[in-house]
Amino acid sequence: MFDDKALERIRAGKDNWEKTTLAKTLPKAPERKPVFTSISGTPVERLYTPLDVQGLDYERDLGYPGQFPFTRGVQPTMYRGRYWTMRQYAGFGNARESNARYRYLLEQGQTGLSVAFDLPTQAGYDSDHPLSMGEVGKVGVAIDSLDDMKILFDGIPLDKVTTSMTINAPATVLLAMYLAIAEEQGVSFDKVGGTVQNDILKEIICRGQYIFPPKPSMRLTVDLIDYCFKNVPKWNTISISGYHIREAGSTAAQEMAFTIADGIAYVQACVDRGLAVDSFAPRLSFFFNAFTNVLEEVAKFRAGRRVWARIMKERFGAKDPRSMMMRYHVQTGGVTLTAQQPLNNIVRVALQAYAAALGGCQSLHTNSYDEALCLPTQEAVTVALRTQQIVAEESGATDTIDPLAGSYFVEAMTDKIEADIEEYIKKIDAMGGTLAAIEQGYIQKEIQDSAYRFQKEIETGERVYVGINKYTMEEPEPTNLLKVDMKVGEIEAAKLKKLRAERDQAKWKAALDKLREVSQSDENVMPAVIEAVKARATIGEICDVWRDIFGEYRPKEFV
Amino acid sequence: MQDYAQQVLEGSPRAAARLISWLEDEDERALDVMERLYPHTGRAYIVGITGSPGAGKSTLTDKLTFALRRQGLTVGIIAVDPSSPFTGGAVLGDRVRMSRLSTDPGVFIRSMATRGFLGGLAKATGEVVKVLDAFGKDVIVIETVGVGQDEVDIIRLADTTCLVLVPGLGDTIQSMKAGVMEIADIFVINKADRPGADQLYAEVTTRVEQDAHLKERAWTPPVVRTVAVEDQGVDRLLEAVHDHRRFLEDSGALEDKRRRRAREETLQMIHGELFRRIRDRLTADGELEALVDEIAAKRRSPYRVMREVIGRWLKE
Amino acid sequence: MAQERKIKIIVAKPGLDGHDRGAKLLARIFAEAGMEVVYTGLRQTPEMIVETALQEDADVVGLSSLSGVHMYFFPRVVQLLREKGLDDVLVVGGGIIPSEDIPELKKAGVAEIFGPGTPTAKIVEFIKQNVRRRD
Repeated sequence: MFDDKALERIRAGKDNWEKTTLAKTLPKAPERKPVFTSISGTPVERLYTPLDVQGLDYERDLGYPGQFPFTRGVQPTMYRGRYWTMRQYAGFGNARESNARYRYLLEQGQTGLSVAFDLPTQAGYDSDHPLSMGEVGKVGVAIDSLDDMKILFDGIPLDKVTTSMTINAPATVLLAMYLAIAEEQGVSFDKVGGTVQNDILKEIICRGQYIFPPKPSMRLTVDLIDYCFKNVPKWNTISISGYHIREAGSTAAQEMAFTIADGIAYVQACVDRGLAVDSFAPRLSFFFNAFTNVLEEVAKFRAGRRVWARIMKERFGAKDPRSMMMRYHVQTGGVTLTAQQPLNNIVRVALQAYAAALGGCQSLHTNSYDEALCLPTQEAVTVALRTQQIVAEESGATDTIDPLAGSYFVEAMTDKIEADIEEYIKKIDAMGGTLAAIEQGYIQKEIQDSAYRFQKEIETGERVYVGINKYTMEEPEPTNLLKVDMKVGEIEAAKLKKLRAERDQAKWKAALDKLREVSQSDENVMPAVIEAVKARATIGEICDVWRDIFGEYRPKEFV
Repeated sequence: MQDYAQQVLEGSPRAAARLISWLEDEDERALDVMERLYPHTGRAYIVGITGSPGAGKSTLTDKLTFALRRQGLTVGIIAVDPSSPFTGGAVLGDRVRMSRLSTDPGVFIRSMATRGFLGGLAKATGEVVKVLDAFGKDVIVIETVGVGQDEVDIIRLADTTCLVLVPGLGDTIQSMKAGVMEIADIFVINKADRPGADQLYAEVTTRVEQDAHLKERAWTPPVVRTVAVEDQGVDRLLEAVHDHRRFLEDSGALEDKRRRRAREETLQMIHGELFRRIRDRLTADGELEALVDEIAAKRRSPYRVMREVIGRWLKE
Repeated sequence: MAQERKIKIIVAKPGLDGHDRGAKLLARIFAEAGMEVVYTGLRQTPEMIVETALQEDADVVGLSSLSGVHMYFFPRVVQLLREKGLDDVLVVGGGIIPSEDIPELKKAGVAEIFGPGTPTAKIVEFIKQNVRRRD
């Protein structure tokens, strides 16, 4: 962006500044530390100038919003058109309580629902399974059968709302239930919109809600993508997630790199299935974290968009620009919240939301300040929502597109993160791809090493964490914490017993037999899953069929 | 004091667990207990699982144990992981893949750290085998440390040694150090669904057929393909183990093997106990330090010191 | 002369919660402090944890929970340990645990609860101070 002469002048000027002004000041006012690093450990220089971005080619590397390589954003108008979708992840207890919450939110003008499931549902166990003890309805809503799902969406028109479901290993089952309800409501599948997370690789890498070994898991993932492409065209079939990778301790660059590596694995799996890349790629979306280190986060998002666009175009030969767009949801960093002086978390979330906005997210969930203590209270949830509304309405960050572009530091950091991502992708390719890298524990180990390094930095005081290792104080015990009713489990178990006694046994058995047969073949499982849920097979029963055929996954743990 | 020998024989897992700790700690109290347990050993069949890191040894051990359990056999598992030479600590992570076995009363799993012992096992592993044997386990599976290719101690302990190889981990035959191929009674090509599996299988099979070292033995090691994660091929592996056992029993090789083991163990025990006694004596009154001072000052040589100490000890 | 006694600790994740960053980090820290750490991985029932403690002759059981199920799991682990006669095993817990729950957990026999942000050195020190002396 600068010609050689200009760069020459700048180099001379900087040299001069270092020898004169700076050299005079440094002895009198030394810097706070010898080396400055970002929260990810990336060295940060004293001053960035055009010299640091001299390799940047504006047209090639930045371009324009809505155009390749999408560094500046995926939409031509970004937030000047409309803000990101404010989508707060919620769901607790049983289906009826959650349904009441959803209806309330819809009455308030919200158009998108986001469903959190409890851990037994996410792990494919019924509420009365021994491993479900104590967990039913804890971190989300408990769904065992189509009956629960019907209660959850009672009175909610599925052609009018879109629903995002955080579900992975049993994503096919929950989508099947959702579609069965649409069918009952008389809504045709092409009018149904929403998202399933459906990202099994990050479950294996770091989140722990896996059921089956990687290969059959990938088969279910691709079955869902394939089925939706043909039958539910408005459905977002996967949300490739870096969020949990970051929560597990990765750096910003690792978050983006490993998520993109997962993305490559999914695209490759679909291509191997015989799907044309431009048929399914436009429906892929991503999910990232946002930490408090605003500038590095913005650089991460910009670098990610650029790398993904190039990979889709060059590696997979995508032609449709929508296939190359990295569209993503952001959630603010759960692990950045402290139990100490919890109100400070509001400030952290505000900065993180600001980073997400400056980075160009498509939707955003802001965390509640009390999440390091318990499940969020209503008051805390409201503050969280207001936080992103303030960022949208008051900060000015939404008035122009990609406002930090051209900052010498942000562009240099974007380049650095891009280089780091490419380096990782190269290494993973050399190992034989993402699955091989996961199996060898390479990705897990990289994340854990970063988590360890960060912890050491905190404990030595090298990195300051307000309220943890600096500015600490004695605090009164927190009060007003929300608790879940332990009874939910018993109620759900009783409901299950009744369901198992009253359903049409012949129909139920036939549906599960059919599912088994299809699962053992190469056929797409989705139609059989839909029939099984309609015959009132439970999520645990369906997953048991697969556990039997596919086996259960136990990860290789790397400590 | 509790009668641990009696309790172990009666099947108390707690007594077995504590006795194992004593053995790991080289606690002298273990000696008497072991002496009483000894007549009750020699029943169990001992299987070694060895191979490079990432070969899938734990998963294979897990699945093999399930298969053994289906045949009604009880199983003891000893999973060895390395200790850090710097901190002395260790992370023992093998149980992770054996979670579902942990509440099976027919299975007893013990993790062991090497505590500086080389060769792929912990120093006390051989003793722990005896405890689990006397404890009544039908089969004892030892999973070695997976750090390289020098972990061949397992053959001294196991009746059947399974060498686990995987495609794509650099486990090519060319890369095998001399002597490693020879330890295998059974070759396992795990992750056999991976690219390169066929080639590895062919390489190993050819080598087994052609290599004079391997060929001259009466037993030709079979090559078994498994995908342990998906429980494929494990029954075939178990069959191979049973075949090898039958071969050892029928040919009398098992008896030879165990006799060799008894000889080595006895020598090792004498060595260990002698060493321990002399060391304790030398360190108790500071004599060792005085000797070291003299050696350091080159007034005496370590050779002379050794002869004098041994000489004195033998006279006593 | 016996070898130096090593502290053997089980680090376990009870329930279905998949957040194991803290558990893995501590496993590493404990090993660095010279302990022998048996890491169980995810999805442990109280029975599995106690059986592991029994077979491994563990001195300490460390439990980590972030999904709000500590009031069910932690006391259950202590109770089962007692039933198996392992009453001298030190049980400590960590994770997202409201401080109002702590008195009840301690009454149930959990020796200490370490919340988010606790320096790991403090946890190591507590274990070294309070671990049983094995006969």
